[in-house]
Amino acid sequence: MSELTATPSAAPGAVAIAHAFAAPPAQWRLLLRKPTFLIGAGILLLWLLCAVFGHFIAPFDPLAQQLLAKNSAPSGAHLFGTDNLGRDVLSRVIVGARDILLIAPVATLLGAALGTMLGLAMGYFGGVIDTVLGRVVEAVLALPVVIVAFLFIVAVGPSSITLILVIGFIFTPLIARTVRTAVLVERQQDYLASARLLGERPAFIMFAEILPNVLPVIVVEFTVRLGYAIFAVATLSFLGFGVQQPTPDWGGDIATNYGLLGAGYWWETLFPALAIASLVMALNLVTDSIEQVISS
Amino acid sequence: MTRYLLRRIGLALITLWLLSLIVFFAGQVLPGDPGRAVLGPFASKSVVAAYDHQIGVDRPLVIQYLGWIGGLLHGNMGKSYQYRSAVEPFIVAALGNSAKLALLALIIIIPLGIAGGVLAAMYSGRAIDRLISLGGLAVSTVPEFVSGIVLIVVFGVALKLLPITAATSPGDSPADQLKHLILPVIPLVLVLFGYIARMARAGTVEALESDYARTATLKGLPRSVVIRRHVLRNSLLPTITVIATQTGYLIGGLVVVELLFNYQGIGRLILNAANGKDFPMLEAGVLVIGVVYMVATLIADVLYTVLNPRLRSGVAG
Repeated sequence: MSELTATPSAAPGAVAIAHAFAAPPAQWRLLLRKPTFLIGAGILLLWLLCAVFGHFIAPFDPLAQQLLAKNSAPSGAHLFGTDNLGRDVLSRVIVGARDILLIAPVATLLGAALGTMLGLAMGYFGGVIDTVLGRVVEAVLALPVVIVAFLFIVAVGPSSITLILVIGFIFTPLIARTVRTAVLVERQQDYLASARLLGERPAFIMFAEILPNVLPVIVVEFTVRLGYAIFAVATLSFLGFGVQQPTPDWGGDIATNYGLLGAGYWWETLFPALAIASLVMALNLVTDSIEQVISS
Repeated sequence: MTRYLLRRIGLALITLWLLSLIVFFAGQVLPGDPGRAVLGPFASKSVVAAYDHQIGVDRPLVIQYLGWIGGLLHGNMGKSYQYRSAVEPFIVAALGNSAKLALLALIIIIPLGIAGGVLAAMYSGRAIDRLISLGGLAVSTVPEFVSGIVLIVVFGVALKLLPITAATSPGDSPADQLKHLILPVIPLVLVLFGYIARMARAGTVEALESDYARTATLKGLPRSVVIRRHVLRNSLLPTITVIATQTGYLIGGLVVVELLFNYQGIGRLILNAANGKDFPMLEAGVLVIGVVYMVATLIADVLYTVLNPRLRSGVAG
């Protein structure tokens, strides 16, 4: 607590995050004793290492083609085999972790930031702002998510930035709805009435007074949405709307090679598929453990 | 009730109109021009321009939109650039195929999800609950094409038990067609299972803890009767809504599964249309999906109101 009060110049957001995470160290110890958390966090850490240091870890250049050794089954030289252009599948799986692990969290962060602001405004001001924004949110939610994403990407053209924007914008109303509900609860508290009586500005009340109190809700929402973001990034990449070839990408590589499954070349798609599955499973284990510890 | 229905239908129509605007203008900013896409890279500029003029894409956007929407209201969805014929037959055939796949998925998933949720609620906190809840959540976050690939590799490539594409020849028997749909339907079922089971579980837990359930137990009714007569009726209400909202996910899943298993459904159709810059096909396909989605949501809302006496009296006036 002392070092927090010693730095009053720190941004309110940073202080709030520190509050949320520094408060109960006993809970963190509880988390570290859960095997589900340790397994999940271990797998996540492994993929993070691959995302950051992929080019150093990979045994081969993920772009190097060996046309004489194409479609070769897993062996001692190529543990995961090679693809249709003779590229090492293991190296592509390792380096391919980068884009999905960059795009999904950034998109979720964008959605969380916009959604939090929108939710704070809707919950705090109420009235006309709440009604109008509520209608817009409902209209967005009235369309199937994949169709919204599909149309947007068709219009703008596929790229990593497009993916981030699309997923971030789709998450914004969803997160705003959750934040709004939490803010409505906070509005009944005495501290808000006193803040208003003190004559504090709405922006200060929203971000410095309410935000720290609804932050746990946002953190949980973020972790849940992160799972959906990975789902969405992988799926849109598979549909050809994500990272473009020849850059290694799990969803993209599966899209390129699944046509060869009939010929029996299963390793070119199975290993990227297992990579995606292990990533979402690991995230689930971590999220589930955190939720259990928080609610206990 | 009538007023409520009219209001819901009115809102649905407004959303549909918004969707038509979005669809139309999203299609228009698609890079590349249709004449070039249809005639190929070697056609001369004047030929491309003549083609564009012939199909009318060189007119102002507002005129094009009004022409399109006017045609729609007369049941004319436009002419495909790629196939140079009316889009309706393609849409109808694809929609039928998708409906087959989606219905099969729903027939499996609804009883399975509800049974899983009720079972988890009855053994709340025990191993079987953890298995269903965490397992359901885990499989529901794995993208359809990922579980699809694993299924293809295991049952199609390694064991050679099932066909790896959903496409069948016209003369195939219904049993044969069904066999082709087994692998494609499993990924759809896996993704939806978690959500439906979770909702059914939450509703059942609430109903089990209610006063009326306790009264029923205390007056000596057997547990099976309490569950069937008192708990299930109340616990399944929220589940109905969830099933309808999942139609959106189901449609998204169809796009992916149809691509992976080479199945000529509506998802494949709009994907091909987008890649081939076939605006009329794309616009018609997306709009039809929007209509299906909206009708599903509407039915769910009405069903929920009809089944829930508290809401029914609330909107009667």
